[in-house]
Amino acid sequence: MSKERIKIAPEFYDIMPPEYQDLVNRATYGKEDRGWKDIGSAKELIEEHSLCAGCPESMAFRYILASLPNPEDTVMVGSTGCTSLVFPHVAVHNIHSLFGNQNAIASGLKRALTVRFPGRIKDVVVLAGDGATVDIGLDMTLQAWFRQEKFTTICFDNELYANTGGQESGLMQKGFVAKMAPVGKTFDKVRLPEIARESGCHYVVQCTVSKPSLVEKVIRNAVHVAREIGPTYLQLYTPCILEIGKNSMEGLQEMRDSEKPTERFAFKEFVSEPAKQLLAELAAKDKEKKAAAKEQLAAQQA
Amino acid sequence: MATNSVIGTKNKKGQVITDARQMMFEAPRTPSFYTGSEVIKEAIRRANVDVMIAYPITPQSEAAALIGELFAEGYVKEYFRGESEFAVMSECAGAAFGGARVFTTTAGPGTMRAMENFPMWSGARLPIQMIVTCRGINSPLSIQPDTLEIAYLLNTGMLVWHAETAQDFYDWILKGYIVSEEPDVHLPLALCCDGFFVTHTKDMVNLTPADMCLPPYDPYRSPVPCMDMECPPVRMMRDPFVMKSNYISYATHASWQQEVWAAVERSRKHTIAWIDGLIETENTDADVLIVSSGTAVSQGREAIRLLADEGIRVGLVKIKSLRPWPWQEIREATKNAKHIIVPEFNVVGWMAREIKASIPDSDRVVSGPRVGGGMTMPPEIIVSEIKNALGIRNAAMAGRGS
Ligand SMILES: Cc1ncc(C[n+]2csc(CCOP(=O)(O)OP(=O)(O)O)c2C)c(N)n1
Ligand code: SF4
Ligand SMILES: [Mg+2]
Repeated sequence: MSKERIKIAPEFYDIMPPEYQDLVNRATYGKEDRGWKDIGSAKELIEEHSLCAGCPESMAFRYILASLPNPEDTVMVGSTGCTSLVFPHVAVHNIHSLFGNQNAIASGLKRALTVRFPGRIKDVVVLAGDGATVDIGLDMTLQAWFRQEKFTTICFDNELYANTGGQESGLMQKGFVAKMAPVGKTFDKVRLPEIARESGCHYVVQCTVSKPSLVEKVIRNAVHVAREIGPTYLQLYTPCILEIGKNSMEGLQEMRDSEKPTERFAFKEFVSEPAKQLLAELAAKDKEKKAAAKEQLAAQQA
Repeated sequence: MATNSVIGTKNKKGQVITDARQMMFEAPRTPSFYTGSEVIKEAIRRANVDVMIAYPITPQSEAAALIGELFAEGYVKEYFRGESEFAVMSECAGAAFGGARVFTTTAGPGTMRAMENFPMWSGARLPIQMIVTCRGINSPLSIQPDTLEIAYLLNTGMLVWHAETAQDFYDWILKGYIVSEEPDVHLPLALCCDGFFVTHTKDMVNLTPADMCLPPYDPYRSPVPCMDMECPPVRMMRDPFVMKSNYISYATHASWQQEVWAAVERSRKHTIAWIDGLIETENTDADVLIVSSGTAVSQGREAIRLLADEGIRVGLVKIKSLRPWPWQEIREATKNAKHIIVPEFNVVGWMAREIKASIPDSDRVVSGPRVGGGMTMPPEIIVSEIKNALGIRNAAMAGRGS
């Protein structure tokens, strides 16, 4: 259904860029069980990226775009930072406006889409850096949660201001020596997941992006809960390999090391009661669907 | 605005969606005695606004709250109080990116707090309407009328109009949407007035019928795609040139800025047609002209009356639109003037500077009287400025040590 919207008029087909033809023919818009496993067999919704080679943000982007449950009706909101270099390559409508105002933009956007498309799904997903989410934009991050705005906030936590060259951020670890923290950061990493829970988020997860299946699951949960209940927050560790002195092959190991149960990016999840109920219902429906499909397959084979 | 198909149909409140020309120029008008804030409410009742986002700051708080009443009654579809003016203007942007007709109001420190948003609004071609009820922005804190903030808005790429009266205000709110939503314009509008003088005083205003409203905004007439995933999610840039330091990046940004200002220029023809010219003139053959905008014009009118009693003839130029700037009209209107008096409600005299930069022999321009910080501008001080310029001994001011 949704591919209808991106169809090319036959007269113009041959002059369209091959990437766009590919998008029309092989993208997973509208595919119900889309997920990270489509990567490699279907056209991704991200064309390329201009991040540093091996930057874990690029993995995160690919997994997220593969996992959005309704990309054909999703609008993303970004902010200034390394992520803003990627959004122009993304085949989902997205907005960059200023640095730090992403949750304010998303609040207005979500309300406008609700007014304009009553009864239809229009998901809004924010994706911004830690500087944008926790420092310059903190009031708007929190206020959107207080107001129970129905969209998902994703923070790419690389524990510093990467795009401006590695300055201290609120999510940086205490003691880390960085630009503008010449003798080491003097205060603790801000506990935004806990703050998110207390501020009214119904689904909060902190994890790394080392496992695509986990990213898929938390993205789907976060988007569904935001659509039906209220604000959701994902804090994903995407280490800035450039600024912490790792080479391009070391991002994955850095994430694996940091997600051990005793480490600062150990998996953390807070789910409100209504969100638990919704997720249980969705899981039950999924199960039913899978069972029905299995039966159908068995019937065909018999 | 939307295609003709909706014209003549009724909205949820039973208002007939009416062709804008018919509504603004032909429909009967009812004289009503209202404050400026109430006039804002009555205009928005008829403006088919989708989203209004509010934040309290004197002297616009009352108007912003009255729009809340319209939301409660169902005339405005979405309304909430934001957390700060910076956030509010970003929330407005989000709603406009999503294809809504958006309205907001602010003043003084609120305008300054939000400033980073305004060039973003025009760069993103968002036809948001923002009412600015000007007030002081200086420290120590002042809530009094002062037009200094307009100087900061002039270079944002927004359309900037300056209303003198509540009637201007009423008509221009409605006409403002029509001009700023034109596909060849599609820019935000800062509709300014002088706080308190316009917002908090009652005036007779001729209103259009309450059972008529403007056609809805059609986001698909926008020159840039609406962010609602209803049209193909093209990669708008083949490469994120935004932050690259190369010629293509520079050229792209330069041409985009030129396009924003070209759109301001293209709004001229629409503005002239809808608000009957960018300026209004009286007796421009006189040797002395008062040229200004906002309530300084009203004070000028009083000064002209006082001088007429003494046999001194003075003409008037009321500037309605500051962006686009009517430099040609001002050149033409002032060509015979020997003295051009520019009264202003701000300390820096930005209006006089703009005029000086637009006309030959700019030493004809007298930058004053200027009052700031909420001081009133008695017509007598305009009279005295004019007499000074004419070399007439100024009895009225003599006693004050001049
Ligand atoms: C108002 C404003 N202040 C500062 C900047 C400069 N700036 C651009 S990106 C950035 C850092 C972004 O850090 P973060 O949000 O953590 O994203 P990252 O680049 O680390 O992914 C800063 C400070 C800006 N663009 N705008
Ligand atoms: S600077 Fe850091 S976060 Fe930015 S692209 Fe490079 S590695 Fe990634
Ligand atoms: Mg960062």
